[in-house]
Amino acid sequence: MNPLAGTGQLVRLILRRDRLVMPLWIIWLSVMPANFAAAFPALYPTAAERSAFAQTSNANAALVALYGPVHTADLGGLVAWRISIVTVIVALISLLTVVRHTRTEEEAGRRELLGAAPIGRYAGPAAALVVVFAANLLLATAVAAGLAGQGLPVAGSAALGAQFAAAGWLFAAVGAVAAQLATTAAAARGIAAVGLGAAVAGRVVGDLSAHAGGPLGWLSGVSPFGWVMRLRPYADDAWWVLGPLAAATAGLVAVAAGLHGRRDLGSGLLAAGTGPATGGPRLAGPVALAWRLHRGPLAGWTAGFALTGALLGAVAGGVGDMLTDNPTLRDLFARLGGAAGLVDLFLAAMLGLFAVGATGYAIAAVGRLRVEETSGRAEPVLAAPVSRSRWAASHLLFALIGPVVLMAGAGSTMGAAYGLSGGDVGPTTARVLVGAFATLPAVWLLAAVALALVGLVPRLAMAGWAVLAATVGLDLFGALLQLPQPLRDLSPFTHLPSLPGGQVSAVPLVVLALLAAGSAAAGMIGLRRRDLPVG
Amino acid sequence: METTIQVRGLTKRYGRSTALDGLDLSVAAGEVHGFLGPNGAGKTSTIRVLLGLLRPDGGQVSLLGGDPWRDAVALHRRLAYVPGDVSLWPNLTGGEVIDLLGRLRGGLDRHRRTDLLERFALDPTKKCRSYSKGNRQKVALIAALAADVELLLLDEPTSGLDPLMEAVFRDRVADAARQGRTVLLSSHILAEVEALCDRVTIVRDGRTVESGTLAELRHLTRTTIVADLAEVADLARVAGVHGLSVDGTRLRCEVEPAALPEVLRRLAEADVRGLVSQPPTLEELFLRHYQGTGARR
Repeated sequence: MNPLAGTGQLVRLILRRDRLVMPLWIIWLSVMPANFAAAFPALYPTAAERSAFAQTSNANAALVALYGPVHTADLGGLVAWRISIVTVIVALISLLTVVRHTRTEEEAGRRELLGAAPIGRYAGPAAALVVVFAANLLLATAVAAGLAGQGLPVAGSAALGAQFAAAGWLFAAVGAVAAQLATTAAAARGIAAVGLGAAVAGRVVGDLSAHAGGPLGWLSGVSPFGWVMRLRPYADDAWWVLGPLAAATAGLVAVAAGLHGRRDLGSGLLAAGTGPATGGPRLAGPVALAWRLHRGPLAGWTAGFALTGALLGAVAGGVGDMLTDNPTLRDLFARLGGAAGLVDLFLAAMLGLFAVGATGYAIAAVGRLRVEETSGRAEPVLAAPVSRSRWAASHLLFALIGPVVLMAGAGSTMGAAYGLSGGDVGPTTARVLVGAFATLPAVWLLAAVALALVGLVPRLAMAGWAVLAATVGLDLFGALLQLPQPLRDLSPFTHLPSLPGGQVSAVPLVVLALLAAGSAAAGMIGLRRRDLPVG
Repeated sequence: METTIQVRGLTKRYGRSTALDGLDLSVAAGEVHGFLGPNGAGKTSTIRVLLGLLRPDGGQVSLLGGDPWRDAVALHRRLAYVPGDVSLWPNLTGGEVIDLLGRLRGGLDRHRRTDLLERFALDPTKKCRSYSKGNRQKVALIAALAADVELLLLDEPTSGLDPLMEAVFRDRVADAARQGRTVLLSSHILAEVEALCDRVTIVRDGRTVESGTLAELRHLTRTTIVADLAEVADLARVAGVHGLSVDGTRLRCEVEPAALPEVLRRLAEADVRGLVSQPPTLEELFLRHYQGTGARR
């Protein structure tokens, strides 16, 4: 039989299932660059101002870490620079969508139902990739048309669209491979996300090091995400990068196909083995169960945080040297506290990013409650003498303590690695750790909001992620888009002190913690009062 | 008679659809009670109400003398539950899940655990992700049967088991009943119900349509009679005779218990030469209730 038979029908099935979500993210992502193109001229009307802004940005390590360097100070260059972070989101959505329509289907047993129909062996992954590839092309076209329509150079606009699509294609293929390696969708998502995280971290550290004249600049060259960024829309329009990117995508798709063709339905490369015939003495009670379910992801996240922290700490020392010959900039930096002050600003900005990551972990940990509920695994626990509060608390525990562990991991390695360059490891680590822990009230608040959703409106439990996305959007783009301050204040991260280096005011932290406690209590009460499971 | 489960007029709605519509259920202490009904009749919803997982919209529910919603934790110490669709943690082994569920309930009988593992021929070292439906069901069954509890709530517990394992299941439930445990068994397998249950409750569309001992329920059903006669017998006008068909001297009909004396008298008068009488089967009873045609007379 044709190994791709039925792909068309499966494509239609995917489109039917994603008919709401997919248009939403395509529209949302394609509108953003056009918004930026409108916002920059309002903030920086003259070419001189834009040029000054570009210079300041390139000298600011935190901005270089987040967005990479500005390659050209014209309007297109600034939009391309600022939008680069959205490329990460395109890549993330693409890989998640592929996993959702491959391994998730297989794990749930729905693929088996289709496998009995006259459907080719490769039709499942092929359909998922076709849809995601096509969605990315659509997005690229919309982005290019939107920017060109605002009077930006056509070639550069097309290059920016291509940059989105290239990232989407490459990481869709990464998702396809991950779906073949793991037996569970959660593990597949984890593997693919780690791949994306590593690529982005390589780009961040490489760019920082290159800017500070450090020895790690080559990292941007080997990171696939660095290749995507190498396209440099409006500056170089380096179309040739698409060659290696396409080759890498094709190679990954071939690997995924090879793995898929060789394995049984439901199996993976990382196979499930056997284990103990009896539960160890510590496997007693809901907390012990939650520990078994959370320990793997927590260990993975902690390792990722610690490693990234160490890399960022290692390049932080060079941040203060990123001074320019421009006298006005030098004055500005002197006012910010000189080299030491710049490093502190950089460390604080990075801790803010880690806090967003830790929030992601916390929301996923709270989401476990809902996963356990809808999968039917909560039932045997709740049919035992375990109260709902105790069951929910066992998972909430990890949503609250997990971020502490993660921020400790990132803060300690970042502080220690930076301290090594200055020879004061102990005090520096302590200072960075304080800053790391100061972010926790905001992290807990968003985790508690996720719990409130699970308890009060369980069908909308996934909206916890939307809240996080909106929060990050406000933080990253609120100022650029000149959104009103009260709206931007909705993000809990805006109320965190800038540590290390900044002033601490206890009031916002206490208020955030109280709001978190209130949301968590509302969620717990909702959970105790409602039906369980709610489908 | 001490009642373990007492449900009166139970109602439960999900949005606009009504799952339970005034359901009654009464289970006496120490009995094995069959809980029957077509798919979607409300059996699982009832059991979830009994477990305090769903909050009833109306009616009275008492379980082991307590309120299943309010006293959930205390009551759950005294019961064990096997869901119809067993879902387990993929990265735990079967043995670990059995011990975990047992310890949640305050520990389980090690000796009985070993015995049940052997009887059900379950490999406890395998990760739950690699178990088939039947094996997942065995894990839940072993955890429930090894627990030292008064009440077993079993929701279609044998739907994935092979006939051999079903026999083991029957044997173990009978053993539990001998030890004085109360069992509520929701099932579709009528032979299983006939073999195990003292009393049954049949539900349809969220309502109880029949409840009683198997003998009582059989009494409600018709006996099939096939007779060879020398003369023509007139049964058409006898109340309680159904589906009468006459093919020459061969007669066939279904007779309600009350009409049996009259039918037999008339058959004798017609010089009966051959007579086959078939007792009512449970199957017929259920089919009539499940299909909803000719029910309740």
